[in-house]
Amino acid sequence: MAYAAGVDVGSTQTKAVVVDEARRIVSRALTDTGANVTRAAEGAFQQALAAGDVREEEVEYVVGTGYGRYKVTFGNTQVTEISCHGRGAVQMFPGTRTVVDMGGQDTKAIRVAPNGEIIDFCMNDKCAAGTGRFLGAASSALNIPLDQLGPTALRGERPVKISTTCTVFAESEVLSWLGRGKKIEDILLGVHQSIAMRSAGLLRRVGVEEQVTFTGGVARNVAMIETLNAKLGLQVNVSEESHYMGAVGAALFALDHILAGRVPAHPRQGA
Amino acid sequence: MRYTSGIDIGSTYTKAIILNQDDEIVGRAMLPTGFQLPEVAEQAHLQAIAAAGLEPSDVDYVVATGFGRHQAQFVDVQVTDLTAAARGATSFFPGTRTILDVGGQTMKASGLTDGARVKSFRLNDKCAAGTGAFLEKTARYMGFSTEEIGPLVATSKEAMSISGVCAVFAESEVINHLSQGAAPADIMHGAIVSLVGRSVQLMKRVRMEPEFTLIGGILRFSTMVEVVRRELNAQVNVPEGALVQFIPAYGAAFLGQRRLRKLEAEGVDIKRRARAPA
Repeated sequence: MAYAAGVDVGSTQTKAVVVDEARRIVSRALTDTGANVTRAAEGAFQQALAAGDVREEEVEYVVGTGYGRYKVTFGNTQVTEISCHGRGAVQMFPGTRTVVDMGGQDTKAIRVAPNGEIIDFCMNDKCAAGTGRFLGAASSALNIPLDQLGPTALRGERPVKISTTCTVFAESEVLSWLGRGKKIEDILLGVHQSIAMRSAGLLRRVGVEEQVTFTGGVARNVAMIETLNAKLGLQVNVSEESHYMGAVGAALFALDHILAGRVPAHPRQGA
Repeated sequence: MRYTSGIDIGSTYTKAIILNQDDEIVGRAMLPTGFQLPEVAEQAHLQAIAAAGLEPSDVDYVVATGFGRHQAQFVDVQVTDLTAAARGATSFFPGTRTILDVGGQTMKASGLTDGARVKSFRLNDKCAAGTGAFLEKTARYMGFSTEEIGPLVATSKEAMSISGVCAVFAESEVINHLSQGAAPADIMHGAIVSLVGRSVQLMKRVRMEPEFTLIGGILRFSTMVEVVRRELNAQVNVPEGALVQFIPAYGAAFLGQRRLRKLEAEGVDIKRRARAPA
């Protein structure tokens, strides 16, 4: 049995996915990227192998993606995360025409063709506003774990209006709302709405065509899904694998190479 | 003796200054602004009065400035921080034509007329990368507090390159530099160079001309002053010591004194004037 793997080295977390020849996900792994990007990539890959009970030599092709893709030293090639998210999203939801990928430090809006090819994309590359970091700032300001932000926000009834754009200033604004006696759930709902608004703005720049698939780590957040649905006036697709979508796409690109017989004659370097 | 109080409710600190009728500082106080703006304004005002050895009833006129000026309950008048800074800066440096004010969460540049009036201004309070928060964040990513920025950067030999486009993205840059063995002092220095780059851009947009006067909490870091001087290739005025943070408060109290003289000239009995209790 031949396997293919994708390793997505994100700004915050590194994800690895192993797929088999039938495009089924065999295993996945997740680790914090930290300062040593190469080690994070290697670690995530090894964890995914162990989780799938796959031996390293059975993996015939590895594609690296994400901002640290060139640090995946054992990878055979690199593909941008934009292509990978598009590919993964179309694989999971074939009706996907627009992808919104929300990660730790960036948010991307991607328009894809029915075959998963990228038509256009847009991202926040100069400013962390409207990214997962906005939630991180709220999490630390309010001392609520990241995975509790969504469920807490959903209890909000009267959301505050977050006026600051900058993630750094949002932290002080969250505290000032708290100081003015607002409920945590109302503040958090406001924070989610603010991110949804910025993401919707980004999506409109590439054009919102249904279906919209929501990928990236923030797609696990229930309040983000709801506020995004409300802002866009539609239901976004979310999969269990949303967090791993970049790595899934990378693994599918790797599988293309195997299925086309473009496998390197020599064992992969460092593998 | 006629006393006035100038209270500058800034984004990070609230400053109060008491002036006598000779425009001399007789007391001052500074407190973190926090979130209870009316309370902190009153606290700073009362502490400055106590520092002057006066009673609240000795103060005849109170002027508030800064972003929180409308929150102060007991003041006679509010003036914008740009007007107050212009008055304060020209009191100390009469030749001032351009003011750069870098605070905790804002950066302002203003161009002045010969008569110390603001003729143009630009401000940034939307993006932390162009404010003191950028330095604070950079320091925090490396485990240093804001107070440690000055001593830390004093040991720097050269500035590392920091893009300064976003205070959040800077974290990755800082981590990369650290993991490659760069000295925290040099990274901090780089952050200052980057912030000064944004300052100069802002100043260009008000068609800056000498003399330049630098104020605000961030200018208490002498490296910041040196880098501005180098970038502008010009002499810069910097108020001495802690005064660098008190210029708008001073300007507000100064305007208060002017107002009192005007009222007196109109024959108003200042001591009997009805005033809200402090």
